[in-house]
Amino acid sequence: MESVTSPAIIELRKTPLNALHRRLGAKMVNFGGWDMPVEYPSSGGLLAEHRAVRNRVGVFDVSHMGDIRIGAGRKPGGALAAVQHLSMNDASRLEIGQAHYSAMLYPEGTFVDDVIVHRLGEEDYLLVINAGTREKDIRWVRDNTKSFDCVVQDLSEVYTQLAIQGPQAVDAVQKLTDANLSAIKNYWFTHGTVCGLKNILIARTGYTGEDGFEIYVPADRATSEEVWARVMEAGCAFGIVPCGLGARNTLRLEGRMALYGHEISEKINVWEAGLDRYCKIEKGDFIGRAALERARAAGLTRTLVGLEMIDRGIARDEYRVCDESGAAVGVITSGSPSPTLSKNIALAYVPPALAAVGTVLYVEIRAQKCKAQVVPTPFYKRPKKAAAPQTAKKV
Amino acid sequence: MAYPAQYRYTKEHEWIDLKGDVATVGITDYAQHELGDVVFVELPKVGSKTVAGKSFGTVESVKAVSEIYSPVAGEVIEVNNALQDAPEKINTDPHGAAWLIRIRVANPAEIASLMDAAAYEAYIADKTKEASA
Repeated sequence: MESVTSPAIIELRKTPLNALHRRLGAKMVNFGGWDMPVEYPSSGGLLAEHRAVRNRVGVFDVSHMGDIRIGAGRKPGGALAAVQHLSMNDASRLEIGQAHYSAMLYPEGTFVDDVIVHRLGEEDYLLVINAGTREKDIRWVRDNTKSFDCVVQDLSEVYTQLAIQGPQAVDAVQKLTDANLSAIKNYWFTHGTVCGLKNILIARTGYTGEDGFEIYVPADRATSEEVWARVMEAGCAFGIVPCGLGARNTLRLEGRMALYGHEISEKINVWEAGLDRYCKIEKGDFIGRAALERARAAGLTRTLVGLEMIDRGIARDEYRVCDESGAAVGVITSGSPSPTLSKNIALAYVPPALAAVGTVLYVEIRAQKCKAQVVPTPFYKRPKKAAAPQTAKKV
Repeated sequence: MAYPAQYRYTKEHEWIDLKGDVATVGITDYAQHELGDVVFVELPKVGSKTVAGKSFGTVESVKAVSEIYSPVAGEVIEVNNALQDAPEKINTDPHGAAWLIRIRVANPAEIASLMDAAAYEAYIADKTKEASA
């Protein structure tokens, strides 16, 4: 067997929960320069963690994510104008307490990073960004907001971020807070007391394709470990387990959520990635808009599709995709067994002519061409909640 | 999990159990633990040749692909086909039911250069120390 780990040359960054993960016996990996848990043998490993989130509830330490606050300057309007300039979605549509998926783009219409924009107040926005792009993102935001009347703060070190995900996340988190969680809609948030800590941001967001919450608590180690312990205690009755980046990846892949450096990058534009519905060209100018308009007029040369393997074999990141004649036509961006579907699935960039559902393609796996077909995405969609029982209508 | 005393071990975490000129080969408990949940196994055909230190197949977990290297040169005489439908056996019984292949060994003396159980246990203890440092 090939050795999976290589000796660390640079000092890896650690979240406030790093010591806790090691005490739990987590397998740790270098993820974008961060020493992060990939799976917890004590939870039963990646597959058990994945299933816990789909069927019950799991908790992830996602404190490696970064946080940028864009607040009011001297006059009103500056913070919104800055966010509108930086990000492709239309932040003017956000109400206070609402969040949306968006992305910051280069002038070429390709990705600096994808972000969740939260509107905290009248003139107050929080952008949650990826771990591997933290420094680049904060520089990008500072450099591109200089002409705007707003205040930019890097809050990445201020928060420990926990993601509690799964159909029973709401029941588990409700035990820890006075906020009425059933009143929070998907992609909305509130502030409430959590584990006795006042004014904690509680967002109904996540990266698993499942219902769930992300909470932002003070980053000191004692508080972080205390909150983690209380979450585990509250989730105990529901079978909560700690979950690592391995399950986070298989969960997000089933839900067709993009991962920076894979489905989106500085070389891929918004249309190719199929993120059109988060890009509001009509809202006015923003960085990348002109290039995207040109790209749309020119037409796509590649588009992101979902693949399901027909032959035995697992498509992996960067494997080549071929057409029936054997010619290389594309590349896998993420591939894995799908624990929920018990199939081998992948996302790939292919020419639009080969993107129709049902198209047969071949993935080159160790010099063998393995048959696959284009399937609709997301691969997994969470079941709709059963409608609330209706009271009998009186005629 | 105990490392059987009659087996020899490679630095790449394969084990080999030689009886006469027939060797059974698998991956170690340490290897399966490092890999995590095994979901896919690709093994050679009966009759194919193995070369010491060269890959003869792959074992895949959800998150990683791992090449399996032959500890010795020889010819594959049997393949554990049961693993195709139940690759997870590699996680539960790596030193027993989840053997990978049987080889008719060209030169049985070749295994003398491999680690015995005590040496292998010391070797992985070092690795574990490295990982938690």
